[in-house]
Amino acid sequence: MKNHYELLVIGAGPAGLAAAAEAARLGTDVALVDEQKAPGGQIYRNVGAAGDRVKDYLGKDYLRGKRLVDELLQSGATYINNAPVWYLDDRLETGILVDGASHFISADRLLLASGAQERPMPLPGWQLPGVMTAGAGQILLKSAAMVPTGRLVLAGGGPLLLLIAWQYLQAGVKIEAIIDTTPVASLLQILPRLARALPAFDYLLKGLSFMLAIKKAGIPMYKAIDNLRVEGRESIESIHFSTVRGKSRAEISIETDTLLLHQGVIPNIRLPLAAGCKVDWDAQQQSWKVAKDIWGQSSVSRVLVAGDCAGIVGARASELQGRLCALESAHQLQKIDMEQRDRVAKGIKSSLQRQLSIRPFLDALYAPSKAYQLPHDETLVCRCEEVYAGQIRKAVRMGCVGPNQVKAFTRCGMGPCQGCLCGSTVSALVADETGASMEQVGYFRVRPPLKPITLGELADT
Amino acid sequence: MEYDFIVVGGGLVGSSIAYGLARQNYKVAVLDGGDRSFRASRGNFGLVWVQGKGADFAPYAQWTGQAAGLWPELVAELANKTGLGIDYQRSGGMHFCLDEAEWDERVQEMEQVREHTNGSFEYEMLNHAQLKKQIPQISSAVLGASYSPQDGHVNPLYLLQSLQQGMDYHQVDYFPGQAIDRIEAKQGGFFAHSTQGILSAEKIAICAGLNNRRLGEMLGMDIPVVVDRGQIMITERLQPFLNFPTLHVRQTAEGTVQIGYSHEDVGLDDGSSPSVLKKLASRAVSMFPLLARVGLVRAWGALRVMTPDHNPIYQQSANCPGAFTVTCHSGVTLAAMHAGPVAGWIAGNCELDLINHFSADRFDVSTD
Amino acid sequence: MFRLIEDAGTDTVTVCIEDREYDVPAGISVAAAVLLCGVSKVRNTPVSGSPRLPYCMMGICFDCLMSIDGVPNQQACQVEVAQNMTIEYQQGAAELQQQG
Repeated sequence: MKNHYELLVIGAGPAGLAAAAEAARLGTDVALVDEQKAPGGQIYRNVGAAGDRVKDYLGKDYLRGKRLVDELLQSGATYINNAPVWYLDDRLETGILVDGASHFISADRLLLASGAQERPMPLPGWQLPGVMTAGAGQILLKSAAMVPTGRLVLAGGGPLLLLIAWQYLQAGVKIEAIIDTTPVASLLQILPRLARALPAFDYLLKGLSFMLAIKKAGIPMYKAIDNLRVEGRESIESIHFSTVRGKSRAEISIETDTLLLHQGVIPNIRLPLAAGCKVDWDAQQQSWKVAKDIWGQSSVSRVLVAGDCAGIVGARASELQGRLCALESAHQLQKIDMEQRDRVAKGIKSSLQRQLSIRPFLDALYAPSKAYQLPHDETLVCRCEEVYAGQIRKAVRMGCVGPNQVKAFTRCGMGPCQGCLCGSTVSALVADETGASMEQVGYFRVRPPLKPITLGELADT
Repeated sequence: MEYDFIVVGGGLVGSSIAYGLARQNYKVAVLDGGDRSFRASRGNFGLVWVQGKGADFAPYAQWTGQAAGLWPELVAELANKTGLGIDYQRSGGMHFCLDEAEWDERVQEMEQVREHTNGSFEYEMLNHAQLKKQIPQISSAVLGASYSPQDGHVNPLYLLQSLQQGMDYHQVDYFPGQAIDRIEAKQGGFFAHSTQGILSAEKIAICAGLNNRRLGEMLGMDIPVVVDRGQIMITERLQPFLNFPTLHVRQTAEGTVQIGYSHEDVGLDDGSSPSVLKKLASRAVSMFPLLARVGLVRAWGALRVMTPDHNPIYQQSANCPGAFTVTCHSGVTLAAMHAGPVAGWIAGNCELDLINHFSADRFDVSTD
Repeated sequence: MFRLIEDAGTDTVTVCIEDREYDVPAGISVAAAVLLCGVSKVRNTPVSGSPRLPYCMMGICFDCLMSIDGVPNQQACQVEVAQNMTIEYQQGAAELQQQG
């Protein structure tokens, strides 16, 4: 590990893997830094070591990750694993923690590819043992070949929920019920986008096949539900909700041992914010996005961004964006001229266009449910400091106009997760209570450390 | 005029004063900044600190002593009106000395403060053995400490919240997210042009921290504000182990350990820097070795509102009587003073000889 | 409640969870291991003493805090199991460890 690289890539998911490999091939002195032991990020987690049986259940998209990992390992790029980035500021000093020691790396160009996180889905009782995210279920499957046993319910919406339901079916896991919280999108909204999504028709077919498999397996599926909540004393014991059909309303209770939640994914913008990148609110995707051009150039001159951390685009598009960033940084570093950059980029751009064409359709079809963005007063919003939605609303009514003031008065966001699980909810609640736009409301200020570090490790920097 | 008073700034200083005025049944409006304003109140260490203050400036030693004396009453009163706990503890405080030179200098300072306050300031020098009895985890690198039973600590953010709820209790009109375009003195009062529109009042108090210079100028006051960045850090929650706040390490009521602090001349930059973080961590670990394995949760910078001699400014405008500026960096310790006597001074019903020592005129280089 | 879908035959390590020994697959995280062994909680929160189990498994929720080999507040999903590892619930705020 050196003190300086021409290009430092942070995050070994599809965007970072492709970017680092491509950059190395173009003659860039590049290092890829990642917090995990093995490359793959979340979507291709453990793809190098996952056993054959597990791979059967995960589907062939997962195996694409293996190709990316191999490409990286053969490219000559420096790969530094087990290296969380604990510090990054607008002077682009990057502090990584390796074996309990902090190292600072400087770079001519920084490429942020830190991926996405699950959109928080706060509902009453979501903090009870036995409630996890669908992503957590996937991680257990990929990295430990573990599946839920006992009674299992899936609740939420989004392609990942369908995917994991299908994966569990393949693995012989019994699913008690799937509760679909997706607001029913109007046909007027979806159909125009469906037409534009047809270039990515293989993706659409896959989604359909998942739904058919679930239907065939006879798993009870509930839609148009309301008032979803978890009950239990020391752990989850049951879930409850209302179904509404026309004028009739039914109360449903399902006993369960495990509940997996999902409301789609949102960009993990902490690193871009730490570097000083401008972000914009995307009303369609209901998330912040990092402002960038087609090459991944952010608002900060030496910083590029690729993949889901800049805006949700999916694994295939992330990979293509990573390659474009590598081309652009190689051009900026004068390894290749503009003609070569544009020539190589042509094919990548049209593939990217094809992959992106499905996004508007997916965004309309799987819009997140307002009920979990603006939870009831008795719902826990900050899991770390145990602050409830009612307390946040009260702070706003008492004069807090933004999330940082709310934090100062309620402690929401002061815990170890530093707002990862409550930040989006707090901003949404403030916007809702004040009538301000999300742009006006803003988000929690990001501060170091971006990953845990001890005082001793800091003192020994 | 719509209001008796407009207070510009809703931090610890502005809120204390607005509360104090409203408590006397005046009609008060507060114009506060936004969510991302610099807000020195967010960088406050939470000390209600007497020892060492004003060693080189007698009025400040007396001022601080009085302020600390009024604190318990303010706490009780706010608790009654708002029901909010602010974790105030008059626990006594420690200032560590790392070598003989520091020890000797400290003794001198302590004696000076005693002199300035006619002996009402209480302190004790503790050697290492005595210190270790009070704080078992202290390292051998610490020679001793000055201890004052008159020191204490509080949660500065909860204090601010409590003052703001106290303001609400007394029907202060609070306008957040404001940017002040200009303030005019006319028609026997003051007109503040802000995002809100135009507010008018008989008198106006500028308590806007770093903005005091710009706003003070509009009302004929020359307020020399010096920007000084302090970086602080906070750890994960720990079981209680430290019963006394110290100047650089304090365990909060939540169990987190707050570690400070730097003094940096970096302009309007409230960010962090790796070199300072390392320094703060090293110092904390050298004083408390057991902190080495403790996790850091957050580090941040905040901009202090300093004056050239570090002592507060309380100024009434000569050109525009009825316009006041309050500038200080010890918004916590002085809160009770601001809510009480200073609010009274601004309202014109409290004689405060001591306050004349804090006029901004003391910085005038020119002499008549 | 979780089970393995692959056959045994992968390498295992022996870990100690709250004074009881368990054989778990090598290479998995402590969080995965304790879920496999069926613990009812990994910690009690410092604020209200409520029980929690891992939630996100990817290092951002900090709900899986456990004491591992005597070091408190470790994210169990970020630590790989090792032979003879001691794993304990994180009961509220961490103790400032005595030097031993």
